[in-house]
Amino acid sequence: MDFNDTPEEAAYRAQVRAWLDKNATRRSEAKDAEQAKTLEELLKRSKEWQAKKAEAGYACITWPKEWGGGGGTTIQNVIYGQEEANYAVPGGVFAIGLGMCIPTLMTWGPEDAKQRYVKPAVRGDEIWCQLFSEPAGGSDVAGLRTRAEKDGDEWVINGQKVWTSGAHYCDYGIVLVRTDPTVPKHKGLTMFYIDMKSPGIEVRPIKQMSGDANFNEVFFTNVRVKDSQRLGKVGDGWKVALTTLMNERLAVGGSQGNADVAELIKLARDTEIDGKPAIANGAVRERIADWYVQAQGLKFTRFRTLTALSKGETPGPESSISKIIAAKKMQDLGSFGMDLQDMGGIIRDRKISAEEGAYTEQWLGAAGYRIAGGTDEILRNIVAERVLGMPQDVRVDKDLPFNQAPKGK
Amino acid sequence: MNFDFSDDQKMLKEQVRKFLTDKCPYTVPRRILNGDEPYAKEVWKGLVDMGLTGTAIPEAYGGLGLGALELCVIAEELGRAAAPVPFASSVYLASEAIKLFGTEKQKETWLPKLAAGEIIGTLALSEGTHAASPRNIATKFAGGKISGEKLPVPDGDVADVAVVVVNSGGSGDQAISLAIVDLKGAGVTREVLRTIDPTRSQARITFKDAPAELMGPAGQGWSQLSRVLDGAAVLFAFEQVGGSEAAIEMARDYSLERYAFGRQIGSYQAIKHKLADMYVKKELAKSNAYFGAMMLNDEGAELPEAAAASRIAGSDAYVFAAQESLQTHGGIGYTWEANTQFHYRRAKLLALVVGSTVQWKEKLAARLEAKNAA
Repeated sequence: MDFNDTPEEAAYRAQVRAWLDKNATRRSEAKDAEQAKTLEELLKRSKEWQAKKAEAGYACITWPKEWGGGGGTTIQNVIYGQEEANYAVPGGVFAIGLGMCIPTLMTWGPEDAKQRYVKPAVRGDEIWCQLFSEPAGGSDVAGLRTRAEKDGDEWVINGQKVWTSGAHYCDYGIVLVRTDPTVPKHKGLTMFYIDMKSPGIEVRPIKQMSGDANFNEVFFTNVRVKDSQRLGKVGDGWKVALTTLMNERLAVGGSQGNADVAELIKLARDTEIDGKPAIANGAVRERIADWYVQAQGLKFTRFRTLTALSKGETPGPESSISKIIAAKKMQDLGSFGMDLQDMGGIIRDRKISAEEGAYTEQWLGAAGYRIAGGTDEILRNIVAERVLGMPQDVRVDKDLPFNQAPKGK
Repeated sequence: MNFDFSDDQKMLKEQVRKFLTDKCPYTVPRRILNGDEPYAKEVWKGLVDMGLTGTAIPEAYGGLGLGALELCVIAEELGRAAAPVPFASSVYLASEAIKLFGTEKQKETWLPKLAAGEIIGTLALSEGTHAASPRNIATKFAGGKISGEKLPVPDGDVADVAVVVVNSGGSGDQAISLAIVDLKGAGVTREVLRTIDPTRSQARITFKDAPAELMGPAGQGWSQLSRVLDGAAVLFAFEQVGGSEAAIEMARDYSLERYAFGRQIGSYQAIKHKLADMYVKKELAKSNAYFGAMMLNDEGAELPEAAAASRIAGSDAYVFAAQESLQTHGGIGYTWEANTQFHYRRAKLLALVVGSTVQWKEKLAARLEAKNAA
């Protein structure tokens, strides 16, 4: 057992590092002034960086070269990600498009659409979003109600999507709609790709509980798409959507917040309980130990996954546990960091709050993280069903025509 | 990145699993539970015949000369089967302690016999219903003899030799030494204790001027003991992972065959989420145990933290899996006939056997505090 790269991996890592050194600034040397101040600036920088990566074969590393990818392996992709994380580079705006939408287009799209859209997306010229969730369909996405009705060789879309990341700056999207409400819910769906500038599309930002606005509502009023923009057959939308969703949990995972155990130990030294350093308190020490064990467990679970990738094997189901643990830990640790600041934990001010407000921000943010990309509860269903082989819950709407199934408002 | 066991190690694991599946189904711990035998002699003999008791003992002392990683895969299978054998006492505790800290002569005397399974060893640490510390070890060593009382001593009723934690005079940690005592010699009396898990026996051992030999120079005992317990914590963590998997499988299988309110109970989210939580804890334990294995095998600088994390995650996972597996079975799970009890009992035993998680969490917090000193 060791954590070392194979000779091939080490060579690739060295090559990546040399390229990054030449083309980017290390995080430790980056100045605040270098951060993008506006969305326009962020998009411009992101696109420039993505084009550079594409030219060097570091965009979509695992995709074939003829589609603009790097023709590399999964472990190379992981290595690049590890190395890039040490540099101050703009990121994030392409994650959903390249992680979910374009793979769906590549699997199900007509040849001319692939020729037209894949390479520009890889180069970052065009950005894509994913339009699945609706007010009436979150965990139960297939319960969505946005309608598309056939009109000649076009479809007319009416309805509303929600939680659409980046809809306000995206060029294209893939949208899942109901084309037949008279059949059971999974059978009446169809997938299209769509120009986000189409007449009848209105994007409104959602203000989150934290006060930020990272997501949007997207309203469709008589939006027309051509039948040639259909991905997969009419009524096969659910099957197509599974291609997209399979990639989602890979795209979401990861984040554990900015404050972790090392920061908490520091805070526990700097704060007091009953006139003594908080770090001397048994309840505090127990939590430190527990979260350390969780953090290590997550880290080494990731290492087990990487080992499988490194050997060219498919990772085992253990990788599915990460978000269940990480999101709740992020919330609880944030909350406890606020407790240690006692009444001062009420304050939300980077200049006053401990660790520049990291505890407060991750406590606020974790509430969303526990829901995004599969709620804690849905993820437990997935572990139970796909890993442990347990049956699905009874679904009362499974065999009913969608328009006769019980619904809320 | 090569954070996995080798193909040879996996093959060894398969071999041990096959042996235990054949020779140690739940009817075996049941026989031990119901009868007077201290352990399953035929299973023990099988393990000895495979050479497993000598796995990590150097060839010079009659062992196979393999390492900690091989012991880890064996441990996982013993845990899965809830095997009623004195393997942990003899191998993780006694053999490892003597291998690490015994004098050359002590190693020559004891290791070949332990490797060959001719004798059984153990570690005598606890002195009653409190956690041991350098300040409360009352068993005294003086003039080559020890006197005092140890309980519970794992497999103390059947062991031939014990590494005994003693007070050899002096103050603080320097008061403590490890001593080897021939339990078949003079001044040793033992009594089997009634415990939570009769499939593994525990004894009260009373020493009255029993001849004893110190391991290495006097006063090193507490740090020697810490190292032995760190290693054992990792190995027990693998038993805990194996036990967790068995308890989860038992619950899963039952939830698929049991119907209530017209459907499989495994289709209710109350049950599915419980099992998902069992699985999540088990995987966290496994990942921590892997790092523990790596640190143990490499004698890495992070062994104390890795061992503590292995122990905490392992105990948490197995106790939870065993308790909730029984719960998933409902009333039948609480009967004497059900097999759920083997894991319910064993999980709590393992969670206490080299110190409770309360102690290990404090140990871990102290290490992290020192490491993150400003």
